[in-house]
Amino acid sequence: MVGGETSGPEVALELRGITKRFGDLVANDAIDLDVRRGEIHALLGENGAGKTTVMRVAYGLSHADSGEIRVNGTLVHVRSPRDAIAAGIGMVTQHFSLVRPMTVAENLALGRSGGLRLDLNAARRTAADASMRFGIRVDPDAIVGNLSVGEQQRVEILKALARDCRILILDEPTAVLVPQEVDALFATLQRLVADGLGVVFISHKLGEVRAISQRVSVLRRGRMMGTVPGTTAEGELARLMIGRPIAGDKRAAPTHDDAGGGVGDPRGVLSIRDLRVAGSHGTAVIDGLSLDVRAGEILGIAGVSGNGQTELVDLLSGMRMPLGGSVVVDGVDVTGLGPAEMVEAGVGRIPEDRHASLIPELSVAYNLVMERLDEFRRAGRLDERAINEHADRLIERFAIKAHRGDRVAALSGGNIQKVLLARVLSRDPKVLVVSQPTRGLDVGATEYVRSQLVARRTAGAAVLLVSEDLDELLDLADRLVVIYEGRIVGEMAVGDADPERLGLLMAGRGAAGGAAA
Amino acid sequence: MTGPASARARVTAWRPSRWSSPVIVGWAVLITFALTAGPILLAGANPIAAYGEFLVVPLTSRFSILEVLVAATPILFTGAAVAIAFRAGYWNIGAEGQLLLGAIAAAGVGAAAGDLPPIVVLPAMLLAGGVAGAAWALVPALLRVRFGIDEVVTTLLLNPVALLVVNGLLHGPWRDPVTGFPESPRIAAAAEFPAFLERSRLHLGFVIALVIIAAAWYVVARTPAGLRLRAAGLSPIGARFAGIDVSWVVFRAALISGAIAGLAGVSEVAGIQFRLTSGLSPGYGYTGIVVATLGSLSLPGVALAALFLGDLTVGASSAARALEIPSQLGAVVQGVLLLTTIGLIALRRSRGGTTRRPTLDPQAPPDPPPMGNGEAGP
Ligand SMILES: Nc1ncnc2c1ncn2[C@@H]1O[C@H](COP(=O)(O)OP(=O)(O)OP(=O)(O)O)[C@@H](O)[C@H]1O
Ligand SMILES: [Mg+2]
Repeated sequence: MVGGETSGPEVALELRGITKRFGDLVANDAIDLDVRRGEIHALLGENGAGKTTVMRVAYGLSHADSGEIRVNGTLVHVRSPRDAIAAGIGMVTQHFSLVRPMTVAENLALGRSGGLRLDLNAARRTAADASMRFGIRVDPDAIVGNLSVGEQQRVEILKALARDCRILILDEPTAVLVPQEVDALFATLQRLVADGLGVVFISHKLGEVRAISQRVSVLRRGRMMGTVPGTTAEGELARLMIGRPIAGDKRAAPTHDDAGGGVGDPRGVLSIRDLRVAGSHGTAVIDGLSLDVRAGEILGIAGVSGNGQTELVDLLSGMRMPLGGSVVVDGVDVTGLGPAEMVEAGVGRIPEDRHASLIPELSVAYNLVMERLDEFRRAGRLDERAINEHADRLIERFAIKAHRGDRVAALSGGNIQKVLLARVLSRDPKVLVVSQPTRGLDVGATEYVRSQLVARRTAGAAVLLVSEDLDELLDLADRLVVIYEGRIVGEMAVGDADPERLGLLMAGRGAAGGAAA
Repeated sequence: MTGPASARARVTAWRPSRWSSPVIVGWAVLITFALTAGPILLAGANPIAAYGEFLVVPLTSRFSILEVLVAATPILFTGAAVAIAFRAGYWNIGAEGQLLLGAIAAAGVGAAAGDLPPIVVLPAMLLAGGVAGAAWALVPALLRVRFGIDEVVTTLLLNPVALLVVNGLLHGPWRDPVTGFPESPRIAAAAEFPAFLERSRLHLGFVIALVIIAAAWYVVARTPAGLRLRAAGLSPIGARFAGIDVSWVVFRAALISGAIAGLAGVSEVAGIQFRLTSGLSPGYGYTGIVVATLGSLSLPGVALAALFLGDLTVGASSAARALEIPSQLGAVVQGVLLLTTIGLIALRRSRGGTTRRPTLDPQAPPDPPPMGNGEAGP
C-alpha cells in the first residue's frame, strides 16, 4: 500500500476521514484519499460503493457529516461547487449539468463569465480555443440538447478544463465514449497530467484503469480498502473491490454454442423493413434500414454513435414516430405505435438514457410497476402490498442495492440500471431492445446483466443489442450488423467478425470492394 | 406527441417535485413578518400587535372562527384546483376565470330554479358550475396537449375575459330590472346552500370543499390514476416511456382543475352572495396559487394553507378596525408571503443544498450548473 498519511508537497487534493450518511446507510465511512499533482488516480468500487458520493463531497455538491478537505496542504471549506472551483477542483459528474437549450459556447461561458454581459463572440472563440488546446472536438455553435450523450460528455470535460482546474474529477467519463474517443481522452489526460494536473478517474473498466492510472484506490461498501499501484493485477483489484477474486477470465462470457434454435425462422420475431426515421432536426437519420432478429438470437448493432442507433432504439421504444417503412413484432404490425402498445406487443426496452426511462423522483417499487399499473390495482386503488412484494422479489432477484421505498434518484448509477432491467425482464418480453446495457456497471453487475441477456436469448427471445463496446458485441451477439448513416452497411456472423473489417465498416468504408455503401 | 412533449419539458423546467416544505413555509412566514413590519409601522400601528390581530384574534371567538372557515371556503376549492393541475405538470393560472364561469352557471341555474326542491336544484347547480369551469379550462388544455402551447399564458389571459363576460351579463341581460344595479336576480331559496349553524354564514360549500379535498387526496395518493398523474408531473418523458398517456393525463387534470375552480364560484354564489356580482371574487383564483404553493401541492397542505390564509383574511379586517390601519395590509402580507415563499424555493434550487439533487427529467440538470443561473452575475 502506498499513499497514506504523508501530505508531501506533491499532494494536490487530500481527503481525511470523510463520512457521509444517508439515513442509516453509511455511504462513506471515514474515507482517506490523496491525489498527487501529475497523477491519474483511479477510484474503483462496485456499484453503490460510494465513489460518486465521496467525490460529490469533494466538489461541494454534497456535505460530509465529518471529515476535512485539503488542497495543496491548506484546509478548505467546500460548501458549494463554487468554493470547489475557486480551490481549483473541477468535476464532470456522471450525469450532465449542461443547459440544454444553449449552445456549447454559451455553456462554456456560463462557467466563467464574471460580469452580466455575455460576449458571445468571445465565448465562441474561447470554446473553439479550448477545444483545440485540449484536443476535444466540439462544435461551439451546436445546441447542447441536440448532441449525443457522448458529445455532451465531451462538452462537460471541456467545461471543467476551461476553468483552469488543477484537480479534475471524472466520474465514469469513458462510460459514454466510443473507443476512439477514449483513446483521445486518455491522450489528453496524459498531456494535462504532464503539466501537473491531478486527476481522479472513476471507472469500472479494469483494463482502462490499469492502462492509465498511476495509483488506484478501492472502495468497498463505503470503506477505503487501500491504495495500490496502477500496475496491480486485475485479479487483485477485483479482490479488493468485492473481497474475492473474480472467477476465471474477466469476461465470463457465455459461449455461443448454447444458443437456442433460432435459425429456423426466415423472418425474425422482430422484422424491420425500409425504415425511415427523422432525427431532432427533421431530416431522416435512419434511411432505409431493414433487419430481422430471430427468436433465440442476439443481433448486435455495431457502429459509431450518432449513426441512427438512438433513433432506432427510440422508435422501437415507441418514443419516436417513423417517416416510413414497417416494424413487425411476432407477426403483428407495430409501426408507429406508442410506448404502451410496444410493451403490449412484447417489446422490452432498455435505452441508454436510464433517467429518462424511469421516474427518478418516485420510489423503486412504483417504478418497477409503472408499465403495468393496472395489474396492481385492487378495488380501484393501488395494491400497495402487491407492489411492495413485487419490488422485494425483483430487488432480491436482480440484487438491486436499494430499499423498495428509496427514490430511484438516490440510487447509484449501476443500481438505476438494474431497476430498469428488472422492470423489463420481469415481463418476459419476446423482443428485447437494449442499448449500452452495461454502461456504468461494475464487473459483477456487468457479468450479471450479460448473463441475463443470454438467458433471455436462450429462452427464445429476440434480442437487439446496441453497443459501442465492440468487445461486448463480440462476446454476446450471435450475428452482427454495422450501422452507418442510418443504414445497415454490413452483416456477419460473430465467428467471421474481425475488428479491422468492423472498423472499416463502421467508418463508412464498404468492406470487400472498398466502396462506401 | 413527441414535439409538444419535448418542447414543454423545457418551458416547465420547474417541476412540482421538491416544491416547498414546512421549513420553507416557516421561514417565509417569519421573513414576511419582518418585511411587512415597515408598512405596518408606517400605517401607525405596532407590528407585534398587528400580527396578533392578524393571526391570533380571529381564533378567539366562535363567530370569528366560523368566519375564518367562511373565508377559507373558496380558496380551499381553488387551492385544490391549482394543486391538482400543478401536480400533473399543468400550470393552470386560470382558476380565477374558471371560478367566475362557475359562478355564472350557478347564478343562472339558481335564478331559474323556481319552485324545484333543493335536492334537484343544488346538484344541478354544482354540475352546471363544474361543467362551466371545465369548459373554460378546455381551450388552453387542448392547445397545450395538441400543439404544446404554453398554458401559463393562455389560462392567465382567459381570466380578464371571464370578468368581461360577467360584466357583460350584469350590464346587459341580467341587470336588476328594478334597481338598475349590475347584479343578477337573486337565486331561488331552494338554490341557497343551507347554513347549518346559528348566527353564522358558514354554509354547505365548506363541507363540499372538504369532501373534494379528501376525495382528491385519495385519488392522487392511493389510485393508479393518481400515480400516473404524479408520474406525468414529475417526469413527463419517463412517464411516457412507461406507457402513460401523458397528454391525456394532463388534459384530464386540467379539466378537473377547472371544474373544481368552477365549484368555488358555485359556492360563493349559493353560499354567500346569492347572486352574481362583479365583485364576487377578490382574486380567489390567484389566492389558490398561493394556497397550493404554501401547501407544497399536497392536498392536506392545501387545507392547512387555506385555513391559514382564511385566518389572515379575517385578521386583516379586524386589524383594520382595531388598529385603524388600511385593510389592504392583509393583501400586502399575503402577497409578500407568496413572493418570499417562491423566492426561498428558487434560492434553494440554485444553491444546491445538502441533498443529492434528483434528475427530475433529462432536461433538468441533476446538479445545479455550478456557475450558472443566479451565480453568473456579479
Ligand atoms: N441522496 C441520497 N440519498 C440516499 N442514498 C443515497 C443518496 N446518494 C447516494 N446514496 C446511496 O449511497 C450509496 C453510494 O452511492 P454512490 O452513488 O456513491 O455509488 P457509486 O460507487 O458511485 O456507484 P456506481 O458505480 O453505481 O455509480 C448507494 O447505496 C446509494 O444508494
Ligand atoms: Mg457513481
